[in-house]
Amino acid sequence: MLEIKNLSWTAPDGRKIINDVSLNIPNKKLIVITGPNGSGKTTLAKLIAGLETAESGSILLDGEDVSSLNITDRAKKGIGFAFQQPVRFKGITVKELLELSNGGSATQKQLEEVLYKVGLQPEKYLHRDVDSHLSGGEIKRVEIATVLLRNSKFMLFDEPEAGIDIWSFNNLIDAFSSLKKNTDSSIIIISHQERILAIADEIVLLKNGKIKEHAAKDNIFPRLFCMNGKDECGCKKKGGCPKEVKA
Amino acid sequence: MNEITSGLLSIVSDWDGGFDGAYNIRQDCQSVARKSTENVKIENKTDGKPGIDIKIAPGTKGEKVFIPACITKGDVDDLVYNDFYVGENADVTIVAGCGVHTDDSEASRHSGVHRFFLEKGSKVLYIEKHVGTGIDDGNRVINPVTDAELGEGAVLEMDTSQLGGVSASSRKCSIKLDREAKLVIRERLMTDFNQTASTDFVVEVNGEDASVNLVSRSVAKGNSYQEYRSKIIGNARCTGHSECDGILADNGRVNAEPALIANCKDAELIHEAAIGKIAGEQILKLRTLGLTEEEAEATIINGFLK
Repeated sequence: MLEIKNLSWTAPDGRKIINDVSLNIPNKKLIVITGPNGSGKTTLAKLIAGLETAESGSILLDGEDVSSLNITDRAKKGIGFAFQQPVRFKGITVKELLELSNGGSATQKQLEEVLYKVGLQPEKYLHRDVDSHLSGGEIKRVEIATVLLRNSKFMLFDEPEAGIDIWSFNNLIDAFSSLKKNTDSSIIIISHQERILAIADEIVLLKNGKIKEHAAKDNIFPRLFCMNGKDECGCKKKGGCPKEVKA
Repeated sequence: MNEITSGLLSIVSDWDGGFDGAYNIRQDCQSVARKSTENVKIENKTDGKPGIDIKIAPGTKGEKVFIPACITKGDVDDLVYNDFYVGENADVTIVAGCGVHTDDSEASRHSGVHRFFLEKGSKVLYIEKHVGTGIDDGNRVINPVTDAELGEGAVLEMDTSQLGGVSASSRKCSIKLDREAKLVIRERLMTDFNQTASTDFVVEVNGEDASVNLVSRSVAKGNSYQEYRSKIIGNARCTGHSECDGILADNGRVNAEPALIANCKDAELIHEAAIGKIAGEQILKLRTLGLTEEEAEATIINGFLK
């Protein structure tokens, strides 16, 4: 169980980005945090992973307060984080990065399985550097693979769909669906994407740094998206809903 | 050969008690061991200069030649001239590292002038590792010079690395390419403390459809200072690429001055350069994988210089 209690964070320019957020993430659940751009989704994920430090509030991991732990120690405690904009490394191969994510080593089978899950052919990618020779979509898939392979207790994915082509996205949906069935971990995904929200157990709707709603997927999902062409989200655009979250 | 030389050889030329191929081991200004093979002849120079001529027979395939030089004490000033004559269609690997060890504050210097003459269709992988060992504040200097002439269709791949402990180094390379020749240089350089290092690559591409690719990666730590200058001169239809990346740590400084000179309208020359500290995001990413900040930095630098 990940418990977030009264978490707040203010940007250097004085804007309150996360405002007294409390949230419980149970084990073995897939939670999608969604909301309009600027609602604080990525910041909340970074606060959980320790990439930002909250000004107040606390984060408890299985009852242990990890608020004061740094990024490294939180990772060791079991919090994994996939960046929205992955980092490139000259001279570090896909294989080496994946091995690092798995504690320093990984079997060939593990490496191949995780790359297939994200739609990359191992024989083409394992020995390539994680640098500018990989496209944005390829590097994004490698980023997701690092977290999948790490298999942390709590896996955070920040907009995993961004920059990924439709074929790979289908693979990714399958990977998350399979992960949900076969893991004891909790999966937290930051996303606007309808198909990702559709596989959630619970959806958290964030707006202006506050939780507007947190409920089972079936209670929120129909109100976020037009279903079967019906304008249930309230979108009045001619031609139908543009398939975006209407928080 | 003394124990210090043995230790240095294991670092700069993968010595494991022996060499599989022709070799000449130079220790403190003189040759202490030498072996020629049927296809690779190593002889003293006959022009009065210190050094050797290495003659590789045409068509020699898959052989290795080891030409390491070691300095094992302070107050040594070694200058050596080694000339490599590579016959037509030969395909060989040449390993020519240099190690300088000092246990006192006396300076020691190795200056190795290597000239390569690659005949038509020949191919050479040239591996050169430099290292300094001994007391932290020892004064160890390595000044390598590499001049090469690549004949028609010849290929020279040069892997050069400075592994640390060298107080000052000055590398000068001057290479000329005939038609369809190919040159690849991969330089890896690490400086720390008050060390200095300078690199000068001058490549003249004189033959049509020749190509050159220079890749230099360096890390400047402590108060060290590096200078990188490269000049690719395209005198014919050719392709040239120069890439210079530097990581700065502590108070390290790097001055990079790449130059491209196209004297032919069909010369296609490209340069890329990037110098800066390790990106904070790189450290953060590795920390989310459980590495400490120090481990992350070491991982990034080791990969970069690999």
